[in-house]
Amino acid sequence: MSKRNKGWFALFTLPLLLVFATVVIVPFLIGIYYSFVTWDGIPANPKEFVGFDNYAELFKDDRFMTSAWHTIEFTVFALILVNVLGLVFSLLVTMKLRVSNAARTMFFMPNLIGGLILGYIWQFIFTDVFKFLGDKTGMDAIFFNWLIHPQTALFAMVIVFTWQMAGYTMIIYIAGIQGIPDELNEAARVDGANLWQRLTRIVFPLLMPSFTICLFLTLSGAFKIFDVNLSLTKGGPSNSTELFAMNIYNEIFGYGHYGLGQAKAIVFFVLVAAVTLTQVIITKKREVQY
Amino acid sequence: MNRTSRTSLGTLLVLVALAFLSPIYLMLVNSFKDRAELYRNALALPESFSFQYYAKAMDKMNFMTAFGNSLFITIVSVAIVVVLASMTSWMLVRTDNRLSRIIFLVFVSTMLIPFQTLMMPLMQVMDWIGGALHIPMLNTRGGLIYMNVGFHASMAVFLYHGFIKSVPIALEEAATLDGCSKFGVFWRIVFPMLKTITITVAILDVIAMWNDYLLPSLTLSDKALRTIPLSTFYFFGEFTIQWNLAMAGLTLTIIPVVIFYMFAQKYIIKGIAAGAVK
Repeated sequence: MSKRNKGWFALFTLPLLLVFATVVIVPFLIGIYYSFVTWDGIPANPKEFVGFDNYAELFKDDRFMTSAWHTIEFTVFALILVNVLGLVFSLLVTMKLRVSNAARTMFFMPNLIGGLILGYIWQFIFTDVFKFLGDKTGMDAIFFNWLIHPQTALFAMVIVFTWQMAGYTMIIYIAGIQGIPDELNEAARVDGANLWQRLTRIVFPLLMPSFTICLFLTLSGAFKIFDVNLSLTKGGPSNSTELFAMNIYNEIFGYGHYGLGQAKAIVFFVLVAAVTLTQVIITKKREVQY
Repeated sequence: MNRTSRTSLGTLLVLVALAFLSPIYLMLVNSFKDRAELYRNALALPESFSFQYYAKAMDKMNFMTAFGNSLFITIVSVAIVVVLASMTSWMLVRTDNRLSRIIFLVFVSTMLIPFQTLMMPLMQVMDWIGGALHIPMLNTRGGLIYMNVGFHASMAVFLYHGFIKSVPIALEEAATLDGCSKFGVFWRIVFPMLKTITITVAILDVIAMWNDYLLPSLTLSDKALRTIPLSTFYFFGEFTIQWNLAMAGLTLTIIPVVIFYMFAQKYIIKGIAAGAVK
């Protein structure tokens, strides 16, 4: 590169690199350092180097391990529900009905509303509307306050997350379905394949790239969920729905265990990266060409 | 499929879509009811439409201030992301050397880092910048905008980079021969050709920044600086039990989103699909 081109290169890239370095790279690196110290967050107090003690401690932390387990449980249910619903919606909407566009618009709508606000809307539904429905219909085995029992509260979060994400995955599946040539479906129909056979033998295999993307987005989204958690259950009842991100937040800013909390945050990063990359590698392998 | 089955399928689809949006209905109808009416029947339409809870919620949430803050922070952050990320990506694509590839790789690989991994050290860095360099980063709109740009940089670079690779270089070379500077080439020739991906980046970032709660909650402590998610959070801390007031407040926060959706629907849906496929 000539000197002049080097100057242009710097002028174009340095501003963003500076912002990016101070906001992402430097905090990431000093975050690793923080995970090896104990510190209460008060600048005047010393940071004491403790080696891997924080990492050893977090695996003995029952609340953290429970929260990890609940996050996995939540993610599995959310992953299934979001993608099944998104796929069904996309199949319905691509049938070229007159109302298809309106339906698509409506299914996608919740995705634009932030998780915090969605959580509050549903908090009202799961507490008061559900109780009202239970009293009125007598089906109080289904309709009771879902947020006061650990298991149903976790499932309530799955429902809210699904409500938010199903429309998003729908959009991606629609793009995938529209990319499948009509002749393929037509040819199969002429050969006598029924709807189910056309779906499982033609549509789904050709949708593998969309599955890769949607699974990636739901997996990382579910794993990192925070806003819905905060507004819907606040981690309750008695910490039973405190998921990963919230546990880290509470450890650092709630209890002031900056070192231990940061060690959890690093473990969290490693897990998110490992899980999502594994998923992408697995589903990529199953993508087919026609 | 024959005509009747298409009609009934269409009707079914509309019913499913309406049922899907029933939470919005519940939020709307209960924002008009008084306490007694709400507990008598949470599902029914309101007996009268009084906007008293809206007025009260608007006042308690400091809604107009919060709206102004959200709007300012989102628009300025997105504009800066678009300008800086498009320039950076173009340089990275057109300068084919090891440095470019390393920079791009760093951008992409950091996309997997969750916010929670960065939040605490980030606050320390910003605090340090405020103390040592006397640039106030915490509790200022400018500081939040700066951090927004940093967090959305990698995604934007990733999308622009992929798009620019498919833009033919011939026009740029012709303009360079005509004596156009790099700056001129980029802004006059290249940037207009990036319109589709710019819309995608802008839409994805608007949605993410407008709805973001955690980062603003860590950086902004001044009441006057609160964004919509922040003021909603504090509003709820005070008025959880008064559901009618709460529902009016939530409806207020959703109105701007619905208006945005109505005007930009085509771009939003296209943008989401394009952003995800990359």
